[in-house]
Amino acid sequence: MSTRLAKGGRLLDRSKPLNFTFNGTPLRGFQGDTLASALLGSGRTLLGRSFKYHRPRGLVASGVEEPNVLVNLGRNARLEPDQRATTTELFEGAEASSQNHWPSLDFDIGEINDKIGKLFPAGFYYKTFMAPKWAWKHLFEPVIRQAAGLGAAPKEADPDRYEQTYAFCDVLVAGGGVAGLAAALAEAKAGKRVMVMEQTAFWGGRAPVDGGIIDGLAPDEWVRNAIETLEKMENVQLFTRTMVSGLYNHGYVIGYQRVADHTPGDGRPRHRLWRIRAGLVITATGALERPLAFAGNDVPGVMLASAVRDYVVNWAVSPGDRVVIVTNNDDAYRTALAVLDAGLSVPVVIDARDSVTGALPMAVKARGVRVLEGRGIAKVLGRKAVTGVEICAQAGEGGVIETVACDCVAMSGGWSPVVHLFSHVGGKLIWDEAGAMFRPDATRPPIKADGTALARAVGAANGALTLDALCAEAGLAAQVEPEAPLAPVWVMPAGAKEALKFKAFLDYQNDVKVSDVQLAAREGYTSVEHTKRYTTLGMASDQGKLSNINGLAILSDALGQAIPQTGTTTFRPPYTPISFGAVAAEAKGEIFQPLRRTPMHGWHEAKGAHWEPVGLWRRPYCYPRAGESHRDAVNREITNTRTNVGLLDASTLGKIVVKGPDAGRFLDMLYTGMMSTLPVGKCRYGIMCNENGFLMDDGVVVRLSEDSWLCHTTSGGAEHIHAWMEDWLQCEWWDWKVYTANLTEQYAQVAVVGPKARMVLEKLGGMDVSKEALPFMSLAEGTLGGFPARVFRISFSGELSYEIAVPANMGLAFWEALNAAGAEFGAMPYGTEALHVMRAEKGFIMIGDETDGTVIPQDLNLGWAISKKKDDYLGKRAQARVEMARPDRWRLVGLETIDGTVLPDGVYAVAEGHNANGQRNTQGRVTSTYWSPTLKKGIAMGLVVNGPERMGEVLDFPGDGGVVHKVKIVDPCFYDKEGEKANV
Amino acid sequence: MRRYSMFAVAREALRYHAGWERAWRSPEPKKRYDVVVVGAGGHGLATAYYLGKVHGITNVAVIEKGWLGGGNTGRNTTIIRSNYLQDASAAIFEKALQLYEGLSQDLNYNVMFSPRGLLMLAQSEHEMRGYKRTVYANALQGVQTEWISRERVKELVPIINLDGPRYPVLGALYQERGGTARHDAVAWGYARGCSAMGMDIIQQCEVTGIRTVNGKVQGIDTTKGAIDCGKLAMVVAGHSGVLAEMAGFRLPLESVALQAWVSEPIKPVIDVVVMANLVHCYISQSDKGELVLGGGIDHCNNFTQRGSWYTLEETTRALVETYPVVSRLKMLRQWGGIVDITGDHSPIISKAPVEGIFVDCGWGTGGFKAIPGSGWAMAELVAKGHSPLAEGFGLNRFREGRFIDESVAAGVAH
Repeated sequence: MSTRLAKGGRLLDRSKPLNFTFNGTPLRGFQGDTLASALLGSGRTLLGRSFKYHRPRGLVASGVEEPNVLVNLGRNARLEPDQRATTTELFEGAEASSQNHWPSLDFDIGEINDKIGKLFPAGFYYKTFMAPKWAWKHLFEPVIRQAAGLGAAPKEADPDRYEQTYAFCDVLVAGGGVAGLAAALAEAKAGKRVMVMEQTAFWGGRAPVDGGIIDGLAPDEWVRNAIETLEKMENVQLFTRTMVSGLYNHGYVIGYQRVADHTPGDGRPRHRLWRIRAGLVITATGALERPLAFAGNDVPGVMLASAVRDYVVNWAVSPGDRVVIVTNNDDAYRTALAVLDAGLSVPVVIDARDSVTGALPMAVKARGVRVLEGRGIAKVLGRKAVTGVEICAQAGEGGVIETVACDCVAMSGGWSPVVHLFSHVGGKLIWDEAGAMFRPDATRPPIKADGTALARAVGAANGALTLDALCAEAGLAAQVEPEAPLAPVWVMPAGAKEALKFKAFLDYQNDVKVSDVQLAAREGYTSVEHTKRYTTLGMASDQGKLSNINGLAILSDALGQAIPQTGTTTFRPPYTPISFGAVAAEAKGEIFQPLRRTPMHGWHEAKGAHWEPVGLWRRPYCYPRAGESHRDAVNREITNTRTNVGLLDASTLGKIVVKGPDAGRFLDMLYTGMMSTLPVGKCRYGIMCNENGFLMDDGVVVRLSEDSWLCHTTSGGAEHIHAWMEDWLQCEWWDWKVYTANLTEQYAQVAVVGPKARMVLEKLGGMDVSKEALPFMSLAEGTLGGFPARVFRISFSGELSYEIAVPANMGLAFWEALNAAGAEFGAMPYGTEALHVMRAEKGFIMIGDETDGTVIPQDLNLGWAISKKKDDYLGKRAQARVEMARPDRWRLVGLETIDGTVLPDGVYAVAEGHNANGQRNTQGRVTSTYWSPTLKKGIAMGLVVNGPERMGEVLDFPGDGGVVHKVKIVDPCFYDKEGEKANV
Repeated sequence: MRRYSMFAVAREALRYHAGWERAWRSPEPKKRYDVVVVGAGGHGLATAYYLGKVHGITNVAVIEKGWLGGGNTGRNTTIIRSNYLQDASAAIFEKALQLYEGLSQDLNYNVMFSPRGLLMLAQSEHEMRGYKRTVYANALQGVQTEWISRERVKELVPIINLDGPRYPVLGALYQERGGTARHDAVAWGYARGCSAMGMDIIQQCEVTGIRTVNGKVQGIDTTKGAIDCGKLAMVVAGHSGVLAEMAGFRLPLESVALQAWVSEPIKPVIDVVVMANLVHCYISQSDKGELVLGGGIDHCNNFTQRGSWYTLEETTRALVETYPVVSRLKMLRQWGGIVDITGDHSPIISKAPVEGIFVDCGWGTGGFKAIPGSGWAMAELVAKGHSPLAEGFGLNRFREGRFIDESVAAGVAH
């Protein structure tokens, strides 16, 4: 029975009791407790159920490697599943409940799986559940899904706040134990900018618990001095509760700071994610103790020796009154001493080594404790709690020599350095035979772009497991009991029979046993990755921290090969799980992606615009008035624009200035048309193709001066096209004298469109916008209504139209001035849908509608926009390929239903017969389809095999529910074919 | 091959499962095979399997540099669907889906094909029009798929936030037959099937050279010695360019990292697969309870099988925005794979410029769902020199400009 000791507890503040509940029962702990220590201190040892067999489980560890005690923490919107009790600091009012059981933790129906566990060895599900065929979807999988999983997800949106921040440093030290602090001191004294991140709330790591003398001081004292020194240094930043979660290429590091997990709801962000660019990462991440694999090593009360020591020393918790120690090394004897110091009893120490002569064992023997040599545990007695152990010869098959009653077993199979960070970006490991462990290979660290080391491991993380080794490495003086070598023990007893190996757990959470790994090897899943995936070893939420090495060793043994030959699985970030909230941080709701606003954005919003996302912009789709549907609003906007005047916020159009002596030559390569001969002050429609000849963007190009051009792009294409230009300039034509600048956001742009457009501009005054002074497809610069403006006579609607660019900071005022000046002419704003319909009425193509990455300009009857005089342009060679030159390509036409209705979006025209794969042959498709309020009928554009030569033909377009639309091929220009309206 | 069944497992339980034989043999290579398949991923193993099963060619070796199924087959997010837009793609992915539907029974290995339904969210008018086009195209291609309303989306995905202020959900393209499968099991099941037909699967065997005489393939050199072959099938995804170079030709491929990551296991919260291509995120929940997550590719060429942070972050933002309950869950593990991408984002299943060599690669981000169909078509091509399913995916299409561009239908990962 575990309990709180009357005195001690170096991390406890007994003056501050904290109330919490577990499965609804009120319990009490103290400030400084973890949820785990508080539960154990309250006499709770049965704390969870395993994943597969639903076996009763308690605490095994005291830190990040704990596999068993994951709880649901909090409730409602603040519910958090799978919270590790050992890393959860206790706070007042904490509500925890155990997971993965029904109806209760004590009595779990799922435990039946354990009783018939022999039916469920590793990978049994690959061999079963195949018949009848329907049953997987409808029976087996739903049952398995319900039984699997651990905690429950919250049902409400997260009320907490998360944030991210950036930092740069010369040296990032991961881990605030003695090795990390010593490294930080050395680097800081050398003048480096240093950040130190410690995942727990306390500095010092294991040393204060394990004891010894550092530079003449007790570890606690040495640590306190080190922190005081570091705190005073301006080039040092110290962080507790902050885990270095992952290393990425080029020294990019993620730090995960748990700011307010222990003070929930206090208004601070819950987590803060540090995005750090570090010159060097020193991994001082310590080591983790390994369990031993004996039957019943998962019964509540069987714990790591170091964890027992931690609970006793740090939190004054006795995990049991009678603690049996089982070990293959000297370090575990420290646990015996700590337990004895706390007034508890150690009935026996079971040491798998044949001869035990070290100083620590001697000290334990001197206190009257029986130490058994060459012995192991055959089996742990008890189911929901340890009641005793059966002792056997380690070398044997498990014949019981004696039985010892106890309520806690402290086990130690040696230690494994935490090599995760070192390995994340390719640091290599070597097998250390003496320590029976993988440790970082200093000669093969992860490297930076310049070939120098990105990470260096120190202390226990580097394999310096003892205080003297660690201090020697760090240049400190140490006094500590010397330790005799450990003896690797992977299975206990060495000759354990199947019945024992079937209850000897490796991966506790996933219920992977020694027998499972051996089964995998027997069935040919011999690569370490196969074994992992077949058995799920190391795939639980501790990601193999606890006992992956044990599994690797057993696999190696089964295959008769050395452990390094087996190798490890890949270490992947994050080191321990991090919240998705912290990764997303402030990017939520309105600003979950950057929101780009035109200068008139607020005006549109105030007018009740219905938005349409266009890239990162939001553009008004239409401006519905009270009682109007979106469709009504669009029709009104179109009719008004065609009869009076409409205003469009066109600020999102890409505006890229291309300048320099070679700019004309460059644009001639970029566009299919000739831009170098465009006279100053004139506009020309241009189209761009990619190397494969496909149409990628279009827009009006304007020559601003002898050496500069303004290229308009589509709204969605501005960034892409700018990058495309730079790609060519930087990678292919680097010697051409051309500069580009994306000025999209520097200008607000308004299209003033409609028969009365000129009147509105004349009302504003300041420029001659007459047909003579400013003919179609030309540019004038001047002042319009007091605003400095560039006025382009271009049209995307077929109407008389001006596009006017003013400096962005004047955009709103200019827009308002236009609205005011236009009021008497019936001016109204119109949105993107009206824009689309009007361009379709004119038969103008829209990138993304008529194009989809498979369409060349020739398909769209845009041959006129391709210069015949040029030697080359991007896409020219591709367009000469046989498929592109085929006469029967799908080409642009207008489409009209016989009955005047609107064709559905996306329908295809069928042809006779089926192809070799049994698919119906097709001969065309719709690319744009709208109701035209101008023509009072449905109009559409589409691509049809050899379409322009088939005017008047009627095609079948199957629609929904068996309806076949009869559609006539017509000219794509439905409105003002002669183009008189735009050119007035 | 000993058949797997509930009864066999029960029988073995009586003797601690001591009687299970190896799932596949691990032989030394012979001197010569009729066909050598390079690459023991899903596609390579499926190619070998259908060579034997459909075409009776069993003197086959599958050569693997590492461990079988260890490339993208063992790294992807296991999404399966067939509602592709272009005829050639829809045909091969539909063939794959049909084979997946009976794969567990065919292989006598439970690949856990789970037709739980797959949604592709439309979050802009443009996307909506694109998906409606797919619905009509699929109807003519004989592929089941439908457009569903946002209300139906909510029924299928209760944790979704339909009304995010930026990209409200307008509806979705839904394929009820789509879903997931257990990726490793697909590779293992095919490997077991190949081995049972007498084929040799040779792991830890790297190809070091390709021997040709008078423009015809003779065999390969490997770290386990020379192996002669009548025909050579290269099915090595990201390393196709390397292998092609050994045979003296080039492939139009780029290699890019694609990432995936999982949450800690939780009880079921999402029963279907949902892709949101506009904001770049997709999500499903494994039978083990982990949310399986992914997004777009990294925007730089790379061979390290590690991902960058920024892609993961962008996608996670989209996930948290689309499924708010994800915020309080935790990321357990992230990893990367290297996808091989062609100029039109469609695969290559083709005769190579060297006689006797065939290439199956370029599956980009969509390879897993194609495995059975790809293997079926490749086997037919290798065996007969022609396959209707592979017809559109020849190498000559790049020279001729006959592209099969799916990026229109799925801007990101497909």
